[in-house]
Amino acid sequence: MSSPKRIGKIKFGLLSPKEYRKMSVTKVITADTYDDDGFPIEMGLMDPRLGVIDPGLRCKTCGQRAGECPGHFGHIELAAPVVHVGFAKLIRKTLRATCRRCGHLLLDEMQQHEFLLKMHELKDKNYSTEETVKNVIKEARKTTTCPYCAEQQKEIKYEKPTRYVEDSHKLMPADIRDRFERIPDSDTELLGLDASNVRPEWMILTVLPVPPVTTRPSITLENGQRSEDDLTHKLVDIIRINQRFQENREAGAPQLIIEDLWELLQYHVTTFLDNEVSGVPPARHRSGRPLKTLSQRLKGKDGRFRGSLSGKRVNFSARTVISPDPNLSVNEVGVPETIAHEMTVPIIVTPRNIDDLQEYIKRGPLNHPGANYVKRPDGKRVKVTDKNGDEIAETVENGWIVERQLKDGDIVLFNRQPSLHRMSIMAHRVKVMPFKTFRLNPAVCPPYNADFDGDEMNLHVPQTEEARAEARILMQVEENILSPRFGGPIIGGIHDHISGLFLLTQKGTKFTKSEVYELLRKCTVEKPLPTPAIVEEDVAYYSGKQVFSQVLPEQLNLTLKAKKCVMHAVCLKTDCEIDAYVKIEAGNLICGIIDEKSIGAFSGAILDGIIREYHDTGFTEASRFLDNATKLAIRSIMAFGFSFGIDDEDVSQQAQLEIEEIMEKAEERVSALINAYEFGELESMPGRTLNETLEMKIMQELGRARDKAGEIAGKNLGFAGELALDNSAVVMAVSGARGSMLNLTQMAGSVGQQSVRGERIKRGYYDRTLPHFRKGDLGADARGFVRSSYKKGLTPTEFFFHAIGGREGLVDTAVRTSQSGYLQRRLINALQDLEVEYDGTVRSGEKVVQFVYGEDGIDPTKSNYGKSVNVQKIVQDVIEKHGSG
Amino acid sequence: MKNLNVLQHEMVPEHSIMSDEEVHELLARYGIELKQLPKILVTDPACKEIKAQKDHVIRIKRRSLTADEAVSYRLVIDTKMG
Repeated sequence: MSSPKRIGKIKFGLLSPKEYRKMSVTKVITADTYDDDGFPIEMGLMDPRLGVIDPGLRCKTCGQRAGECPGHFGHIELAAPVVHVGFAKLIRKTLRATCRRCGHLLLDEMQQHEFLLKMHELKDKNYSTEETVKNVIKEARKTTTCPYCAEQQKEIKYEKPTRYVEDSHKLMPADIRDRFERIPDSDTELLGLDASNVRPEWMILTVLPVPPVTTRPSITLENGQRSEDDLTHKLVDIIRINQRFQENREAGAPQLIIEDLWELLQYHVTTFLDNEVSGVPPARHRSGRPLKTLSQRLKGKDGRFRGSLSGKRVNFSARTVISPDPNLSVNEVGVPETIAHEMTVPIIVTPRNIDDLQEYIKRGPLNHPGANYVKRPDGKRVKVTDKNGDEIAETVENGWIVERQLKDGDIVLFNRQPSLHRMSIMAHRVKVMPFKTFRLNPAVCPPYNADFDGDEMNLHVPQTEEARAEARILMQVEENILSPRFGGPIIGGIHDHISGLFLLTQKGTKFTKSEVYELLRKCTVEKPLPTPAIVEEDVAYYSGKQVFSQVLPEQLNLTLKAKKCVMHAVCLKTDCEIDAYVKIEAGNLICGIIDEKSIGAFSGAILDGIIREYHDTGFTEASRFLDNATKLAIRSIMAFGFSFGIDDEDVSQQAQLEIEEIMEKAEERVSALINAYEFGELESMPGRTLNETLEMKIMQELGRARDKAGEIAGKNLGFAGELALDNSAVVMAVSGARGSMLNLTQMAGSVGQQSVRGERIKRGYYDRTLPHFRKGDLGADARGFVRSSYKKGLTPTEFFFHAIGGREGLVDTAVRTSQSGYLQRRLINALQDLEVEYDGTVRSGEKVVQFVYGEDGIDPTKSNYGKSVNVQKIVQDVIEKHGSG
Repeated sequence: MKNLNVLQHEMVPEHSIMSDEEVHELLARYGIELKQLPKILVTDPACKEIKAQKDHVIRIKRRSLTADEAVSYRLVIDTKMG
């Protein structure tokens, strides 16, 4: 192997026919590939001089084996010149800008000089000359007689891919080539071509390079039959036509037949280069599948650039379905045994670890924490089997590398697509587990945007010490609790975690000592239990708030308002009658109910508080709290019991009647509005037509009706006023765990107006939405108002309208994701090399983009929800420390 | 409408030409050369208004959502592209 070479410069230009022949190792003249014995035919498409693909054979050109030999080009002498599709537009421009007789650029010397000056000036500054070239061609086209030979110019029409027509007379590629040959070198610069690298006539092919066999390897199928690459198929076509063309011409065939063959040759060369040219039917495989030719190999998502160079397949990765495990730490990931068997970490043997590593090797590849391979310093890899384990273990020495199986505590990267932000790839610690899924703590679902309805995730094992250190320090889950998007925690409790702690920290909860221990069993608590808050009939009880305080770090001081805060004019603070004022003092929950605002993802004030309170150990402390709090939450929600059923949506007979009445009245008012409209009594609102006014008023009326129905249902279920904590829907909605007032309304009250593009549904038949209604009926029910609740059930027409509204939602999400994906791609490509320097400037390469990052120099991750300082918190802290006097 | 001064408009930040010493100090502060600065065209209405010439450096004081006031600098150039 030759030593690697450094690229000195890259030259862009066209290859001349001469160069094609010079770099070719053989002329290709037969369309056949292999003879009957399976040997490649000389001067055929699989000529052994074009490179080797079969293992064991040596290349006839360079003598190297398959894999080492890069392959060598051959060439086909085309019987007649053809247009290169890639240059079709440039050929058109050049034809139009030059004289049909003498080949000169159609500009007088004055104009030429002017343009040249401008171009040189731009080139000196390294600016683009594209615009100038465009202007040159625009000017040259205006010239009707050549300033040099006085030839009258004719208009050249261009017909789709490769036809040029002058004066209703087709220009043959040979004619075009003749014309281009006459263009003087001095004129090419103004056409945007560099005469030393590009001659215009090279845009017309007379010689076609044949790519080496290594770029189009044939595959041997199981039945021994050879299947050729698409490129080879295309080359076969080209050679066949080329031969026929030649034979016909030599035999003196009529011009018509020659022209037909010429066009066929053009077609095959065109599709060989690009099989997706508009106006050309794509060349197809026998099965009807379009062939993947040169251009298709490069283009698009799976093409050479985006598919093979910008992104590649990687080793040391695994992918499987994910499922939840609340007993894991947020920093951990459960890895199936089968995966842990397969994936390895290379460890260099040293005197310190040789004993341990020998142990792994002895265990072999089948007993879990074993070893799969051993690498000697000379680069030889030895596979460890269950038989040779002991033998290899004896021979390992310092400096060898043992590829040890993945085991508990290893650092791995965990990822879920689409990777839209940096928290989509985080480092976890391995926990090897039985079964076949990756397990993760549900609290890390928000940053990955994962759920367990069949989601799959990827896992990568870093292979060097540096990579592992970097992953642990920068990418571990706990380091990413705060999001750079808004400077608050993006990781936190979800669903049951919130409901659980909400129930636990209610007023009036009490637990005996053994119950407390049961709740805190899985938590790592170092605090001693406090004095019980409640003593009843000589039995000591701990309050739920005391239990929760056990998992809080001791130095934490915090106040916040819970989600159910009703915003009294003057905050009652600790005396809040609904317990919405959360106060944590020295790690004790004094008052308030824990809910989404305290521990939820995207808003969890406690996590935020811990990270800011503990300067050095904040992230570790926060993840420990999160682990403990979520475990406690799960245990308490199980202690209370929590389930949701149809009867949780039951509203009383009385309430149902009230809702009916509201609906009745609303529909009456709607008909009144329609009547007023029809009698022309409706006043149009400013800036609205009469129609719009009516629609708006109806929408308002029906919206109000639904809200009122919801209110009644909500009151009846215990959502407002005195909370019904025995109703799971209410608990979830009030705590912020899941669902909202709107969901409750739709379940128990009324589903409400269905809409398409923000308007009532009006499409369907002539003047009506469905044949169930009269033409021109504008009433609530005829235009998609669903007065039933989900509990009660929808009527057939309501159901249909609901499906229409639902479909719009689905279409919107589908469109949005594709659009935002493309936007993201463009943004990333534009911004990927911006860098914040140590002096606080933002630079792209050496150019300064911003003089102070974000204009205030604040790292949004460390900011207070985007603001640089939280003045209120500082003032409060100072007052509390030093007294307000 | 003819004598409209763009700088008077509330959406247009304050532009001013920097003296040679100031420019020198600026380049030294960031350890950069002139061409590394962001650019502005001489034909920019704000440039015309303050009569900036090619190779001048302009200081722009903007109101900022994050910092109350943000200062930026631009080198005046005469041709597009680059």
